[in-house]
Amino acid sequence: EACPRITMTDSKYFTTTKKGEIFELKAELNSDKKEKKKEAVKKVIASMTVGKDVSALFPDVVNCMQTDNLELKKLVYLYLMNYAKSQPDMAIMAVNTFVKDCEDPNPLIRALAVRTMGCIRVDKITEYLCEPLRKCLKDEDPYVRKTAAVCVAKLHDINAQLVEDQGFLDTLKDLISDSNPMVVANAVAALSEIAESHPNSNLLDLNPQTINKLLTALNECTEWGQIFILDCLANYSPKDDREAQSICERVTPRLSHANSAVVLSAVKVLMKFMEMLSKDLDYYGTLLKKLAPPLVTLLSAEPELQYVALRNINLIVQKRPEILKHEMKVFFVKYNDPIYVKLEKLDIMIRLASQANIAQVLAELKEYATEVDVDFVRKAVRAIGRCAIKVEQSAERCVSTLLDLIQTKVNYVVQEAIVVIKDIFRKYPNKYESVIATLCENLDSLDEPEARAAMIWIVGEYAERIDNADELLESFLEGFHDESTQVQLQLLTAIVKLFLKKPTETQELVQQVLSLATQDSDNPDLRDRGYIYWRLLSTDPVAAKEVVLAEKPLISEETDLIEPTLLDELICHIGTLASVYHKPPSAFVEGSRGVQHKRLPPRSGSNESTESPDVTPSAAAQPTEQQPAVIPSQGDLLGDLLNLDLGPPVNVPPIPSSTVQMGAMDLLGGGLDSLMGDETEGLGGDLSGSPAIGAGYGTPAVMPTSLTAPLGGGLSDLFDLAGGMNMPSGSYVEPKTVWLPAAKAKGLEISGTFSRRMGHIYMDLSLMNKAMQVMTDFAIQFNRNSFGMAPAAPLQVNAPLAPNQTIEVSLPLNTVGPVMKMDPLTNLQVAVKNNIDVFYFSCLYPINMLFVEDGKMDRQIFLATWKDIPNENEVQFQIKDCHLNADAVTNKLQSNNIFTVAKRNVEGQDMLYQSLKLTNGIWVLAELRIQPGNPNYTLSLKCRVSEVSQHVFQAYEVILKN
Amino acid sequence: MIGGLFIYNHKGEVLISRVYRDDIGRNAVDAFRVNVIHARQQVRSPVTNIARTSFFHVKRSNIWLAAVTKQNVNAAMVFEFLYKMCDVMTSYFGKISEENIKNNFVLIYELLDEILDFGYPQNSETGALKTFITQQGIKSQTKEEQSQITSQVTGQIGWRREGIKYRRNELFLDVLESVNLLMSPQGQVLSAHVSGRVVMKSYLSGMPECKFGMNDKIVIEKQGKGTADESAKSGKQSIAIDDCTFHQCVRLSKFESERSISFIPPDGEYELMRYRTTKDIILPFRVIPLVREVGRTKLEVKVVIKSNFKPSLLAQKIEVRIPTPLNTSGVQVICMKGKAKYKASENAIVWKIKRMAGMKESQISAEIELLPTNDKKKWARPPISMNFEVPFAPSGLKVRYLKVFEPKLNYSDHDVIKWVRYIGRSGIYETRC
Repeated sequence: EACPRITMTDSKYFTTTKKGEIFELKAELNSDKKEKKKEAVKKVIASMTVGKDVSALFPDVVNCMQTDNLELKKLVYLYLMNYAKSQPDMAIMAVNTFVKDCEDPNPLIRALAVRTMGCIRVDKITEYLCEPLRKCLKDEDPYVRKTAAVCVAKLHDINAQLVEDQGFLDTLKDLISDSNPMVVANAVAALSEIAESHPNSNLLDLNPQTINKLLTALNECTEWGQIFILDCLANYSPKDDREAQSICERVTPRLSHANSAVVLSAVKVLMKFMEMLSKDLDYYGTLLKKLAPPLVTLLSAEPELQYVALRNINLIVQKRPEILKHEMKVFFVKYNDPIYVKLEKLDIMIRLASQANIAQVLAELKEYATEVDVDFVRKAVRAIGRCAIKVEQSAERCVSTLLDLIQTKVNYVVQEAIVVIKDIFRKYPNKYESVIATLCENLDSLDEPEARAAMIWIVGEYAERIDNADELLESFLEGFHDESTQVQLQLLTAIVKLFLKKPTETQELVQQVLSLATQDSDNPDLRDRGYIYWRLLSTDPVAAKEVVLAEKPLISEETDLIEPTLLDELICHIGTLASVYHKPPSAFVEGSRGVQHKRLPPRSGSNESTESPDVTPSAAAQPTEQQPAVIPSQGDLLGDLLNLDLGPPVNVPPIPSSTVQMGAMDLLGGGLDSLMGDETEGLGGDLSGSPAIGAGYGTPAVMPTSLTAPLGGGLSDLFDLAGGMNMPSGSYVEPKTVWLPAAKAKGLEISGTFSRRMGHIYMDLSLMNKAMQVMTDFAIQFNRNSFGMAPAAPLQVNAPLAPNQTIEVSLPLNTVGPVMKMDPLTNLQVAVKNNIDVFYFSCLYPINMLFVEDGKMDRQIFLATWKDIPNENEVQFQIKDCHLNADAVTNKLQSNNIFTVAKRNVEGQDMLYQSLKLTNGIWVLAELRIQPGNPNYTLSLKCRVSEVSQHVFQAYEVILKN
Repeated sequence: MIGGLFIYNHKGEVLISRVYRDDIGRNAVDAFRVNVIHARQQVRSPVTNIARTSFFHVKRSNIWLAAVTKQNVNAAMVFEFLYKMCDVMTSYFGKISEENIKNNFVLIYELLDEILDFGYPQNSETGALKTFITQQGIKSQTKEEQSQITSQVTGQIGWRREGIKYRRNELFLDVLESVNLLMSPQGQVLSAHVSGRVVMKSYLSGMPECKFGMNDKIVIEKQGKGTADESAKSGKQSIAIDDCTFHQCVRLSKFESERSISFIPPDGEYELMRYRTTKDIILPFRVIPLVREVGRTKLEVKVVIKSNFKPSLLAQKIEVRIPTPLNTSGVQVICMKGKAKYKASENAIVWKIKRMAGMKESQISAEIELLPTNDKKKWARPPISMNFEVPFAPSGLKVRYLKVFEPKLNYSDHDVIKWVRYIGRSGIYETRC
């Protein structure tokens, strides 16, 4: 039952008042009567809430601050927090009260003061607050300490330097050992937040001792505190599998907590640390079994939480399908579920569908296809198609279900069904074509581009079995220019197919479509494709046939899989917004926070690193190794690859229904890709490895022609470089330049350069003594820099450096030093000491020093990554005056750890798809276009951290031109 | 962390606006109103991202609560917090309505200041909050009282204060279950589960240590190892619990290691545990539907319900809801028992029966007249749903004991008066037709 309320009439404050209100309030605030004052402040707060500007009352409200009435004081504080920033000068008036209140005998008042003062974002004031805060951090009362801990984070947000200078961070670290669990939890929360804005600061300094403290506090603190602690634990990297297991054991009981956020955070820790456990371990199996029930229980929470849980389960099912494989039924949609829950459940149902449960799943899907919500129905229909592709035994039943649905004549159901049937044809050729007649009956009702395109594909593909194929296609041709690009391209390809199959009757038709595409269209892709067909048909019709009607690569059964590197990162973010959006934090968080990419720990006991995507044990990918192509759900990879933003914009957050729309189309269509496919086969390329994409029109994209650079790459490079320099690995080394002139360093001249040899970075220095005295005791130090570059060993200058003598030193470097973003990015500040003095200079290192040897990305991952990186991250450059052919370019770049993932030739142009990886794990993807006879190359770079692109471009220039 | 918290009425007028982070501006208040509350199309996700700002919302009657952030916050935590916020408000002033919020806005601001600090949720147990957020000001508390408050708010046992005294030590245990079913028209169980809650009202003095026991299969089997006799006796009645979660007072590590449920309970009413079972569920009712389309303008519906429990028990508040097509023009119903009515506004025939004993059967038949329509789309045939209440636990759960120890005060387990009650209710209990 409700508490008795004193003021039942507070709502009166919300009534809008007339003019002169501020004036009246001013008078009331200055009233002698306490009650009247309080009433007036309440009115002020109510006005503030509805968005009126009451900042003019600042001095009058602050005057009410000195009061014994706690309720009044809290109201005044609320006002202060809102307006202090806009009235900084007057806000100083409040300082004294804070300082005084922090000394109050009542801990509740002390805490209130320390809590509020951190919210006064006025620079002038903050320094006055340091002393009170320092006292409160050591207060005898835990309530005050837990509040003060959060206050440090607040102050850090206003003035980070001040907090560091005042030593508050150390005090905060001490609070991790506090006897009170809530103080520990708040200190952990504050430190985690501060650490996020200082990556690599080692602020949290997690070691087995602190972890033990956190695990102890975990058992005792509030539900919220448990979340803070678990989220912090998830950032820890256990030193070995034994430590990982012992942490898991202590975290597992949290799975029974009533608070879903505690459960999900615990799941995050377990999913992450499980990576380190060997699969043979009994414990590993036990842990897997323990994870399922709590995940299922989350589905009985309130709908909003169910939604969060389902988005996370979607990730977990992709990472470790074994956990929930027997739990299909709990994902059945309930009639009254909110639509967002329904759509998510459906997604997971498709992922869990297998031969064992397919009958049940299909029965459900059929049920859903008769519901009311259009998006949901479409998704259900599409799901039926997916089942057919995923479980061969069910294909027949799926097709007949789809035909039933087509009979309903519900427009969007029919269109969706046709789109999926096209995929089924692709997957099981020559099996279900008997239904084509039924499909053709619905031709007129198709008004969505995707459905039209699918139907056209079917007509073109099976032209020989459809008597009136020419009539059907011709009917589309009438409104050619009103069709969307997707339909136009498909129509072009389909008619060419038709022509190749029935050349006698369709010559006119093909002429018509080729001229529509090449002469009357403004769309360059359409024109290009038209020209390709035209030439192909006019020069060598036999070849054209082989190309256009070639066998298509298989399509894969798994769909909409999240790219493995992204999936791993999202697993590290279970429970958070990133896991809800299925986007890395950097995609929706501004500024420095969240830019850091989290990674799963590598499995212990093997050197295999899960960080590099090509060895990621993607559970989802395992069963489908033979199935190369993926049905894309939005946007076509190839479209993206060629930088045509035809797909729908990638929204944040993803609208649940967006997965239903197919975005762009395949640019090269059935014909050309088959051309590529054919070539590859000729060259012995493995089709199964080709990342064919596109919604089953037959659209492989990047073809593995020259698979890897010749082994002799390094050698040929040596000849190319003609420099005669000592370069064991063949990577390009710039000539030494003077970094520190003698005039600035009391006679010491330093010149140098950087090199990368056998996977190690070296700073090659020449030290020259231009002074009159002998120099000894050399030492070197680097400032923090963007990539954590640091000396791996002390500077070795063995003998004293005599006047006029020069000594060559090679200093090995590593990249595990402290990180700070520099401007320019590759700036390095160096201090060199000798017996005379300390000297400072700065130099730029070429970014290719940071290109690591395992920077070759798997082709399929390359495609997915290229697609995943937003288009605004793509930068294009021109490399001028370069006279190398594609193979020489490939070799040259390879010896500098820029790897060609795939190469293809489009109308005489060479397209090289390349990848490289920086020492800090940042991947850069490149597309290099080389036209014979044109010394200017076009380089397109895509990287999640687009700042590095400029530097990578420079590296390309330097490498290629030297 | 949470950057701000707003409460709106159904029109989108802001009633409460509390900003915790500098990155959340006043325009965030309007952004949510325009893009979510006033959105032309119903918003299809409880999380919305507008211009790099994320909004989490829940609705209570016609009040919107929205938490706002620009960071990658723990989303589950934000929703849990919003629910908790609703609980706290309800416990302070009853129903969450525009009027109550306006009447208590000062209190709400005070609560928001206490339970969220810089966007981090703090102790939000109403038991603790009510000791010092009273809206009466802190009246001349003694130093002891003050430190008692702060140690409770921050303490290991944040949910209970010391020094509670009752003349009569008494406790009430309610086992509340909701049984969920989805059945095919042919009577095949597509999915069924029980989600149960053990709600406890405790009026106990001091800091009592409690131990709760039930017929959990794992525990029984563990104990049964000793005496084969007992395991044979009780083995039948034990139930397999798929999963359970506990109030924060329960020592989870102890449950994990020994599967025993021990705790110091909060004072008054709270939810001790939740659980879920899927095996051997007693489905109290079976619904057998028969729908026949007679031409294009008539439907014949016959529904039989059968009660499936001991004849000595009585089910109550039985309601069967039979959906009717949108183009229904008239309905005639005949039922053997209870009352049935066609409710045009709800597009359903609602059949109510006050009481029904176990192992009985009843039937309703209806003729539905339809208006001819041009609409090609077929009627979706929503499932027939059912509501009821039965005086037993459909999962088969039985409370075996609840022991109370209070070593410091002189009352023992025997002095405590204990009440146990079982109520089974329908959750989503649907049969497709």
